[in-house]
Amino acid sequence: MSVEQLTVSPSPHIKDSHTTKEIMWWVFAALVPALVVSVYFFGWSALRVSLLSIFFCVIFEFLIQRFMLKVSTTICDGSAAVTGLLLAFNLPSTLPTWMIIVGAFVAIAIGKMSFGGLGKNPFNPALVGRVFLLISFPVDMTSWALPFSSEAFFGVDAKTGATVLGMVKEGIMQGKLISAMALPSLKSMFAGNMPGSLGEVSALALFIGGIALLFKRIISWHIPVAFLGTLIFMALSFNLYNGERFLAPLIHLLAGGAMLGAFFMATDMVTSPMTRWGQIIFGIGCGVLTYLIRTFGAYPEGVSFAILIMNALVPLIDKMIRPRPFGVVKK
Amino acid sequence: MKLKTFRIGGIHPAENKLSRAASIEDAGIPTKVMIPIHQNLGAPSKVLVKKGDQVKVGQVIAEPGGFVSAYVHSSVSGTVSGIEDVTDVSGYRRPCVVIDVEGDEWLEEIDRTPELKRECKLEAKEIVEKIRQAGIVGMGGAAFPAHVKLSIPEGKKAEMLILNGVECEPYLTADHRLMLEHAEEILIATQVLMKAIGVDKAQIGIENNKPDAIEKFKTLLSNYAGIEVVPLKIQYPQGGEKQLIQSLMDKEVPFGGLPIDIGAVVMNVGSVFAVYEAIFKNKPVFERIVTVTGKSVAKPCNLKVRLGTPISYLIEKAGGAPEDTGKVISGGPMMGKALTLIDIPVVKATSGVLLMRQEECERHEESACIRCGRCVTACSLGSVPYLWSREIDQGEWEKAEADHVMLCCECGACQYACPANIPLLDKIRVAKNKINQIKRARSQK
Amino acid sequence: MDQVLLNSILTLSGIAILASSILFIAAKKFQVEEDPRIQDIDEVLPGANCGACGFPGCRNFADAVVKRGHVGNAFCPVGGNETMKKVGAIMGETVAEQDPLIAVVRCQGSREKAPKKINYLAARSCALSHMTFSGEKGCPNSCLGLGDCVFVCLFDAIKVNEQTGLPEVDKEKCTACGACVTACPRRIIELRPKKDKMVYIACMNREKGAFAKKNCQVACIGCSKCVKVATELQGEAAGSQVESFLAYLSPAIDAEKFGAKIVTACPTKSVVGIGLENEVAQIREEEKKARLEKAKAMKESDALKGKE
Repeated sequence: MSVEQLTVSPSPHIKDSHTTKEIMWWVFAALVPALVVSVYFFGWSALRVSLLSIFFCVIFEFLIQRFMLKVSTTICDGSAAVTGLLLAFNLPSTLPTWMIIVGAFVAIAIGKMSFGGLGKNPFNPALVGRVFLLISFPVDMTSWALPFSSEAFFGVDAKTGATVLGMVKEGIMQGKLISAMALPSLKSMFAGNMPGSLGEVSALALFIGGIALLFKRIISWHIPVAFLGTLIFMALSFNLYNGERFLAPLIHLLAGGAMLGAFFMATDMVTSPMTRWGQIIFGIGCGVLTYLIRTFGAYPEGVSFAILIMNALVPLIDKMIRPRPFGVVKK
Repeated sequence: MKLKTFRIGGIHPAENKLSRAASIEDAGIPTKVMIPIHQNLGAPSKVLVKKGDQVKVGQVIAEPGGFVSAYVHSSVSGTVSGIEDVTDVSGYRRPCVVIDVEGDEWLEEIDRTPELKRECKLEAKEIVEKIRQAGIVGMGGAAFPAHVKLSIPEGKKAEMLILNGVECEPYLTADHRLMLEHAEEILIATQVLMKAIGVDKAQIGIENNKPDAIEKFKTLLSNYAGIEVVPLKIQYPQGGEKQLIQSLMDKEVPFGGLPIDIGAVVMNVGSVFAVYEAIFKNKPVFERIVTVTGKSVAKPCNLKVRLGTPISYLIEKAGGAPEDTGKVISGGPMMGKALTLIDIPVVKATSGVLLMRQEECERHEESACIRCGRCVTACSLGSVPYLWSREIDQGEWEKAEADHVMLCCECGACQYACPANIPLLDKIRVAKNKINQIKRARSQK
Repeated sequence: MDQVLLNSILTLSGIAILASSILFIAAKKFQVEEDPRIQDIDEVLPGANCGACGFPGCRNFADAVVKRGHVGNAFCPVGGNETMKKVGAIMGETVAEQDPLIAVVRCQGSREKAPKKINYLAARSCALSHMTFSGEKGCPNSCLGLGDCVFVCLFDAIKVNEQTGLPEVDKEKCTACGACVTACPRRIIELRPKKDKMVYIACMNREKGAFAKKNCQVACIGCSKCVKVATELQGEAAGSQVESFLAYLSPAIDAEKFGAKIVTACPTKSVVGIGLENEVAQIREEEKKARLEKAKAMKESDALKGKE
């Protein structure tokens, strides 16, 4: 008999092929179409921002784990790279390099490692970095390069314009009617031909990536559907009430970071609830807050804040929403 | 048509039913068998033979040591060479009756003809007694004595008999082949069992990956009133008792309760076939169907095996152990037990022998939990394995108990699904063990 | 401007005075009178909250002792006699001294002596491994070497030696709290009186000798030689016994006087003598010499016979 030394372990003896690493790199891959589109519209500066952000996120994670925590590094699992790319997607293509470095540092060092690394951070690290930059450097963070502007290709002194939501917000503050504003066509918004941060411009590319993740069963449909569904529902209700004051649902969907947020940021496993019902509540919360901040808040865009606020509520949701244990009757 | 299934959770591992098409073969008789005395859940049985005794096939060699206990019969004829400690599936040495085989002489009352019999004039009580005499236990893997299940306790009433032909474990095909080749016998025995527990309704639950078995039953059913075959969604752990009852009856077995509390009696098809043999052929349990399989196995097969046969003998029958064998499992890959040796005897609950390749049995390094929630989604009992894992790591046993860790049926779906390779079930097992100790200490106070 | 400044200073000071007076009244009114001895005892205790005394923590120990008014059989093994003397002083009584104990690991099945036959691949937990099978070495009573005892030790006193795969107790650090004793699923660790010279059987095997020897070179085979020697030397009172193929040497055996003889009596070297290394080596040397001489004498007599 050839069997010499058998291996013994308790059951189960087989394992699903999904690993953390695989999940992270799939998320990364699903973001690539959107990156390609933004390079097409904003030129090499988009690639510059993305690469810098990824590079510094990975480097900061490596340095902190290697020299401060003195543990084995986990940069290969791809989570830092995903954070880097997501952070880049939330930045304008004209942002100076040093600000990208600061953003990456805040995202990784404060947003992630200070809580104990992967799996322990309560807030989405990319959003922490983004919001830090937005509050600290509001001017740089809101100068959006116009697509196809020749200067944008070199990243210096690009022509800038407001985002669609920014334009609307300003217009309404000045008392203009929506029909009187010169908004880009829905088609160009869908494709991504409008000013905005790198990743949020092309709803189409993000949608493709999101569907791929859903199809690979890496994310579940609950958060994106609840998030976008709520956003559409609220926008539709208000729009029907007063079409000149409140934007149409499609513009809400296509113009800002809703797609990016719903498919890639809110679905971040670490910072979203564990149970299906919890995820639906989380998604609805994100949708409501996004709409409220966009329409009634001071900022034109509310996805980041909405997700961060809901992130804070995740422990509570997880505590409240649990599956009912089999055969256990509630007293 | 939407197939029936349980309410939440479940996974779908690769089925790998390699021996699906291999019809049942007789494995033959080895030269020596080792029959473990304690093969069932509950009290151990008491040995009746001693060294030097002559035994025949079907002769009782151990009697029950209590109500929840079972008879053990000799599977061969020959001389008892001793009561020895032999390593069994548990990984520990336990007493076995070792018999040197001489010829193949059966007890005279056993009917060895293949002729189908249908007439059963026995009363309900007599049926149960006959089943007890035959030493029938749950052949699906739990080895719970069948007569205990069939003795409906005072004040309870059975509503439905459920036949478990799900076989949701990957690789295993023993029940599948049995259903295909002995469908008629199973149906006849089902009627007998319905009489024994006083119900007029029985359902056979079969996972939808066995369409031939479902078809076979459907063609035969017109002659058997009250029996129904129900195709079920292919989803692990469909064959778990609680899950199967929920799929078929849409009722939940209460936590800490038994299926009979909601009127269900569940029997594995293997056990039902054994009931047929016991009632109509006077044949006690000393044989069973065992699937021998594995990706590198030359000839995956379904064998009819005498109990006590060493597993190494079966492996030889399937073409020998491949060079790359790393792990030998008794049972399926989800809930089976890895063996320490290959000379371990086949027992009543051995449903399969799975030889896994070296590279298949590697475990990957554990990484941090990313809170993906797959364990929660996979659990069919509505539990929170990630939370248990955290509580267990911190030694908060009472908290884990309050979060119903004792509910876990150890199906392994959570650990299967975990992308971070966290040994969730390993931890849960430790916790259950620990909580049992705490409970015992509490009851002593 | 001045008015604003003044107003705010006055308001804040007012709030501060009000809040502090509320705090003061509350502190006076709700002050709980506690026996100061509880605090005193708590301070002399080691503060490890290990639970070795039977109470959940040191504070609970102090509380219980003060509440019942006497020390009784309460004993802090971690602090030992010195601490208990102080506790006694606080309570105004003298506490009987107890022999200090130490944990000993009763298995010698190292990687070399009991090679592994099976690979174990699962979570690193002795409890789990014990549930799964008899262990990598095949012996159902052997140390599993996965360190459940190390995990529970609050004093960093037990470590698994990577070379042998067995846990080793640090004599200086061990406080005999007993955490490892209960953590070990196979009950291999025993608390024995801490002495410079100790003798005990480092084996828990209850299998027949023949089977045990297959798995481990240093297994106790239940030959009872050690017990016989001990009884011969010290009399029946030694309390040692052989049960289901396993010998047990009582802690009452005077290791100082007889230890080395008992150690050398064991044919499988499963009896361990601590602090007896020199004496044992001496006896072994003598035995060896005697054997050699005997062989030599035999040879000579053979040679003489040959000549004749």
